[in-house]
Amino acid sequence: MSILTTSTGGPTPVRILAPDGSVPDGYRPPLPDSELLAAYRLMLMSRRVDERAFNLQRQGRLGVFSPVNGQEASVIGSAFALDPTRDWVVPQYRELPAMLRQGYTLERFLLYCMGDPEGNRMPDGVNLLPIQISLAAQIPHVVGLAWGLRHQGRDSVVCVYFGDGASSEGDFHEACNLAGVRRAPVIFFLQNNRWAISTPVSKQTGADSFATRATGYGFPGELVDGNDFFAVHEATLLAVARARAGEGPTLIESRTYRMGPHNTADDPTRYVDPEELEAYRALDPVARVRSFLLEAELLSEELEHRMRAEIEEELAAAVAAAEARGAGRPEQIFDHVYADPPPRLLDQRDAITGEAQ
Amino acid sequence: MATLNMVQAIRATLEREMERDERIILLGQDIGRNGGMFRATDGLQERFGEARVVDMPLAEGVIVGSAVGLACSGLRPIPELQFLGFGSQAFHQIEGQVARMRFRSQSRYPMPIVIRAPFGGNVRTPELHSDAHEAKYANSPGLKVVTPASAHDAKGLLTEAIRGEDPVLFCEPLRGYRLIKDAVPDEDYTLPFGRLRIARPGSDVTLVAWSAAVVVAEQAAELAEQEGISCQVVDLRTLVPLDVEGLAKAVSATGRAVVVHEAPLTAGFGAEVVATIVEHAFSALSAPVLRVTAPDAPYPFSSLERAYLPSAERSLGAIRRVMGAA
Repeated sequence: MSILTTSTGGPTPVRILAPDGSVPDGYRPPLPDSELLAAYRLMLMSRRVDERAFNLQRQGRLGVFSPVNGQEASVIGSAFALDPTRDWVVPQYRELPAMLRQGYTLERFLLYCMGDPEGNRMPDGVNLLPIQISLAAQIPHVVGLAWGLRHQGRDSVVCVYFGDGASSEGDFHEACNLAGVRRAPVIFFLQNNRWAISTPVSKQTGADSFATRATGYGFPGELVDGNDFFAVHEATLLAVARARAGEGPTLIESRTYRMGPHNTADDPTRYVDPEELEAYRALDPVARVRSFLLEAELLSEELEHRMRAEIEEELAAAVAAAEARGAGRPEQIFDHVYADPPPRLLDQRDAITGEAQ
Repeated sequence: MATLNMVQAIRATLEREMERDERIILLGQDIGRNGGMFRATDGLQERFGEARVVDMPLAEGVIVGSAVGLACSGLRPIPELQFLGFGSQAFHQIEGQVARMRFRSQSRYPMPIVIRAPFGGNVRTPELHSDAHEAKYANSPGLKVVTPASAHDAKGLLTEAIRGEDPVLFCEPLRGYRLIKDAVPDEDYTLPFGRLRIARPGSDVTLVAWSAAVVVAEQAAELAEQEGISCQVVDLRTLVPLDVEGLAKAVSATGRAVVVHEAPLTAGFGAEVVATIVEHAFSALSAPVLRVTAPDAPYPFSSLERAYLPSAERSLGAIRRVMGAA
């Protein structure tokens, strides 16, 4: 029986893991120990990528990058409720750990940030759509993907990530409406991180919850503490079970906080109240899981040290491999535009690649 | 060989292709039980079931946007926009998503999607139903834009579009749905994209048109004939890809060209045609290339549309001018 079955989607987010790392008496996480450690390791990896990518960007070795910082429980807690061999993740652009969980690679992600289109090529067999920059435009795709997979007899569930800002786009509404009509196996995973660049959530909606919108589309909405790995995970498990059983979509509002800038080009000191930021630091999602794991004696300082060393090695290898690929080739402008390109495009290719030589 | 009108040819092609390939699914407003506003899908839901002929909520963005996801799942969706004018409410999905997904995903997700849309005026529809918006789609790389002017071509080009791997905007001339009738072979055939058709031979002036404007050009050619001017009529058939070589050859043969289209003048696809002629057939030209188009004004309410749309008479005026006769 899930701890969330009494959730009403009301304005109080469901919380299981307290900021001090404690859980309600008798609570048993639904993940085996090895998976809990894998999730924590991915959190550490995500934090480290944030730092490293920022440094690389400042050194001119990487283009624009959007850190996950603060949203690790939200992204990873949800991703760990999916089965990467049959379920799909459709990202926006701040969900690297969920993509890695599905089978994407760090090297490809770095290539993407370096401006190489090959970085957005999801490996064959990996259940991911590409990174989406046009906010909310991926949400209608998800309904079609989930519906199409079901049409072909598969029992896959599709989880789409987007934010409080994207929820203002018409695509969100059109997609939720269609998903309700078709009872598509979709999880609309709305990360309310309180900011759309500099626009606070109070200027994004007049409502006190996004989760309650689900009622208007005829499916359930859940509101969870997005900095609570277990609350996010349990809510997503429930949504997966519903979708898999043919009961249709769920909207999950994961109420979290973007602790870093929108991206490497943003200066949040212009608009974020430092006191508010400090208050959220006390709710750090990674520290909560760490306290829980230490208390449960699943994690030791020594194991954590080893994890960090491995992560450092993996990251260094990925940076080296991505940088070894070098700058993009002009041919890449033309590859993959059409299966059967118009002759005039081929002439343009010859003209540009000829000049480049 | 049967004589079919354009909408019959389209319906028959959809049926034939759905029989051939069970990955094809149709989606749109009123296309199922009602058989489509213009009966282009009449009886197809009965034949293939509600899972393959899907009545959709009234929302162009998600009709096209969900087609992207259906294609990612391995299906071959054919969404219908009830009118191309309403395509503006799906433009971000067409231009930003359908047209670019192959590139964005580096061919992991091809987009074998054919977006069908009736367009064009002179049928007394309410506002925003009649706009000829083909140019903005032609300016959306990754997409192909197909504009048949005969029932025969509609079948061959639609079959080619459905069997191809690239996304296609298939523009159907609304006023030609029933007025355009010609012989359509019973057997399957495809027409390659990027090959124009000489709709009428002639030696003095080349009239370049597509879709319903081909009929206007043919009428103008008739009028010109009475004045002793021989007009060749070129039907481009597809705007993307454009038959650059065929266009240059056709215009070089006469040395004079007039482009006729329903969209407003400024930045209409006619501008592309004229520029292409100038780039590839300049030395053969003996007169400036003229355009006969709608004015740069919004498509008007129905009592004004005859004055708004290019007509055979206005086209004749341009023909006389390029002949130095006016």
